[in-house]
Amino acid sequence: MGEWRVMSPRSAAPLQPAATDPSRIRNFCIIAHIDHGKSTLADRMLQITGVVSDRDMRAQYLDRMDIERERGITIKSQAVRMPWSVDGGTYALNMIDTPGHVDFTYEVSRSLAACEGAILLVDAAQGIEAQTLANLYLALENDLEIIPVLNKIDLPAADPDKYARELAQLIGGDPEDVMRVSGKTGVGVEELLDRVVERIPAPVGDASAAPRAMIFDSVYDSYRGVVTYVRMIDGSLNPRERIQMMSTKAVHDILEIGVSSPEPTPSQGLGVGEVGYLITGVKDVRQSKVGDTVTTAAKPATQALEGYTDPLPMVFSGIYPIDGGDYPDLRDALDKLKLSDAALQYEPETSVALGFGFRCGFLGLLHLEIVTERLRREFDLDLITTAPSVIYEVTTEDKKTVVVTNPSEYPTGKIASVSEPIVSASILAPKDYVGAIMDLCQTRRGTMRSMDYLGEDRVELKYTLPLGEIVFDFFDQLKSRTQGYASLDYEPAGQQEADLVKVDILLQGEQVDAFSAIVHKDKAYAYGVLMTGRLRELIPRQQFEVPIQAAIGARIIARESIRAMRKDVLAKCYGGDITRKRKLLEKQKEGKKRMKMVGRVEVPQEAFIAALSGDVESKDKAKK
Amino acid sequence: MPSALPIADPAPSDGALPASARLGVEERDLGVYLHVPFCRVRCGYCDFNTYTATELRGVTREDYASQAIAELELASRVLGGFPRRVASTVFFGGGTPTLLPARDLVRMLDGVRSSLGIAEGAEVTTEANPDSVDPEYLATLAAGGFTRVSFGMQSAVPHVLATLDRTHDPERIPLVVRWAREAGLQVSLDLIYGTPGESLDDWRRSLEQAIAQRPDHISAYALIVEQGTKLARRVAHGELAAPDDDLQADFYELADELLSSAGYEWYEVSNWSTGPATRSRHNTAYWTGQDWWGVGPGAHSHVGGVRWWNAKHPAAYAQRLAEGLSPAVGRETLDAEARQLETVLLGSRIREGLPLELVPEREGVAALIADGLVEGASAVNGRLVLTRRGRLLADAVVRAITPGRT
Repeated sequence: MGEWRVMSPRSAAPLQPAATDPSRIRNFCIIAHIDHGKSTLADRMLQITGVVSDRDMRAQYLDRMDIERERGITIKSQAVRMPWSVDGGTYALNMIDTPGHVDFTYEVSRSLAACEGAILLVDAAQGIEAQTLANLYLALENDLEIIPVLNKIDLPAADPDKYARELAQLIGGDPEDVMRVSGKTGVGVEELLDRVVERIPAPVGDASAAPRAMIFDSVYDSYRGVVTYVRMIDGSLNPRERIQMMSTKAVHDILEIGVSSPEPTPSQGLGVGEVGYLITGVKDVRQSKVGDTVTTAAKPATQALEGYTDPLPMVFSGIYPIDGGDYPDLRDALDKLKLSDAALQYEPETSVALGFGFRCGFLGLLHLEIVTERLRREFDLDLITTAPSVIYEVTTEDKKTVVVTNPSEYPTGKIASVSEPIVSASILAPKDYVGAIMDLCQTRRGTMRSMDYLGEDRVELKYTLPLGEIVFDFFDQLKSRTQGYASLDYEPAGQQEADLVKVDILLQGEQVDAFSAIVHKDKAYAYGVLMTGRLRELIPRQQFEVPIQAAIGARIIARESIRAMRKDVLAKCYGGDITRKRKLLEKQKEGKKRMKMVGRVEVPQEAFIAALSGDVESKDKAKK
Repeated sequence: MPSALPIADPAPSDGALPASARLGVEERDLGVYLHVPFCRVRCGYCDFNTYTATELRGVTREDYASQAIAELELASRVLGGFPRRVASTVFFGGGTPTLLPARDLVRMLDGVRSSLGIAEGAEVTTEANPDSVDPEYLATLAAGGFTRVSFGMQSAVPHVLATLDRTHDPERIPLVVRWAREAGLQVSLDLIYGTPGESLDDWRRSLEQAIAQRPDHISAYALIVEQGTKLARRVAHGELAAPDDDLQADFYELADELLSSAGYEWYEVSNWSTGPATRSRHNTAYWTGQDWWGVGPGAHSHVGGVRWWNAKHPAAYAQRLAEGLSPAVGRETLDAEARQLETVLLGSRIREGLPLELVPEREGVAALIADGLVEGASAVNGRLVLTRRGRLLADAVVRAITPGRT
């Protein structure tokens, strides 16, 4: 850790929850891109306001999960109440942490709805990124007061003057008003807290109305069950009250109510404008949904707060254990993850190539990555995931429409039309990379909608792109073609009809389900050539020739073949060779058990995994 | 460097066998293998248990016959409790047995006769280097009871012999074959194919030269690059190309083609003879699960489902015998599953094939016939016999018809 300034808390007497005048409350969030230092700044605030002692300071205190800490991504938001004094007046500042990624836009919007203001935090060496811009738009739509801040001014590469101008141009105002801080050293953080009190409006609500609290986060805790984070809009909630969820009408007893500072601290309740948590003993986050309105059974509100929607998965993938024996463990792990992840959906699925597994639905690619990473790390499972797919609507010639989230559900027979989800994407990058980005979007069937300069040398490109074209490898490509400078944000933008076909991969005439893909007609051949080529490299030679074909329906579009193996025999087998020979065969037979059979073709599971991941090394090399 | 010994149980110091080894002993032949662990030079491809003069750590070749005879006496004691069987085959292998004086080989054979006994009409073979025999040497062997000699010809092509580090002159082959015949010995020639740099035409020349000598028996082995050999290092350094499986398959098919049209019939994956009478009876015993006692450093033995092997280095071997101990350093007693796998892997290599009732997974056989790996006609008559293509894929066939170990 860096050399922190000695902190002097300006917060002698914290205000008590449930007895705090709304005029003394400030609710704010921090909008920032990954790596722009949000968590470090939050840490400094916790320290400077005295809610966390230096001794207890754990870097990036608010990010609980290991994965979040390693990736520097906040997945689950939380709220912390911090005392702060300005000109002799004491205030309660509620800092609401927001997720920073496109997959969690809905959660972001609910977090923003719980605030009156936002700190727009931008790295003084990098400038604003697409995701931040998207969240800034959301904040402005929610009428939040924006406090622009440049972070990491201690970095040698920092160019605060340049990015202050960029920010001022973006949100209006004077570059002089852009604050400059260092979350690492603490420089400017006290002034920032002062400005939060000055600029951000106090919450307004009707203390005597029927209670209404908005759920902005819901977290599963293995000891306490679901912890629900709420922002009180009207009225108050008190300990031991019976609450009601307005979307489901389900009634629960409050077992505990309180605020985080940052450890959960029970309180006498929560009043208008306050932010805190509820524990009711429910065990599944699906019973306490983000965006829902909490009221009381005794004095129920009639009108729910606006903005509630159910999370809808956008991306689907099959998840399989590499060792088939781990299937029950995978099922248990998903059951556990579901408790803390309201957006995760799954159902059992069987694949010829991969055995038993689950078809899972995710909010987006990052969500998929986080879930598989947690399964691997927290549950110690070795997994293979199939290529991500999106939701297609396929209409057959007899006018039946089938919703397809898995190529195996694609209807056989004549297809009248296929419709695919599209997104509206915003890509921000230095102007030198515009050509490279346009090339990439072109190959992904993108349509450019606009191109705008942002500041001096950066450009925002807006594209309409098929979601199916960006779920696989798009972000990596974007990063590599722009040397890491481009950032991406997207949001769903409906459906479009497209010339899509399903390509199957056949091994000796048998379809290998895990490799079927729905692709654009113009790309079907390339996909067929790619996959048949990969499999030819990866599947060991058999005792017979194995044709590998790519097909659209009955039409073969690409073919390869694995020549028959010709020699697999030890030349010499005399007295002293027999033991060695037998042990070798026993070992080979052990290996055979891990083979998957596609018809008569023995395929090592690793070959399927490598073909799916694109990690193709020639089988001859792999043998050594 | 010779290859490593298997990992297994320790062997008892008196060499005693468990009671299980005795079961069915009356139905099994007894063979004796005598290993002669000496070579003048080590060939680059060879990982056999053999030593040049400088590697012997104080042991001398002159003392070797006495040591082997001491082990034969131990064999006689250990097998003494069994119903008496005399050796039906004796085989001297190496190394280079003919690096020892002919009288030493004869003395060792006499040792077999006096300790275990040798059957009337027994097959007695020695391997021989074309360099190290002359008419007198061969006559001494024949007079001492040898019936057969197997020459390490390897190739008729000088650049192939050079890559293999073989020092003999290929011109010498017709000579030594003639001398052996004149001494009344059966003759076998050993060939190696797939040597780096060897072309299909080179190989054809070697086969034609071998056939032209009209030996009784020909063995042809695909070159294996064994770990730890000089050849393996040269391949690893890119100095020589690694043998290619497809090319080796071509070589094998050519060998089987030329040999069968010259009247040699295959009777094991790598062995051909002019007829049943000229097959190697000793080697056949390995493939049919008979008993044999292997004498000498690193030699392997098998008696009734018990396999054991001796200390590898001649010095360690000599020391154990001098102390009155069994030279065996490891052994294994095969369980039913291991015996079954051995029966299948060995039985499927020979022309008689494997009785179908011994095939554990018979439902796999039909597909093997369809793929052209197993002879359909033989299968209909109750035996699994490999086709030419099947012989080249014998290991794959074995995996297809045996269950995975549980």
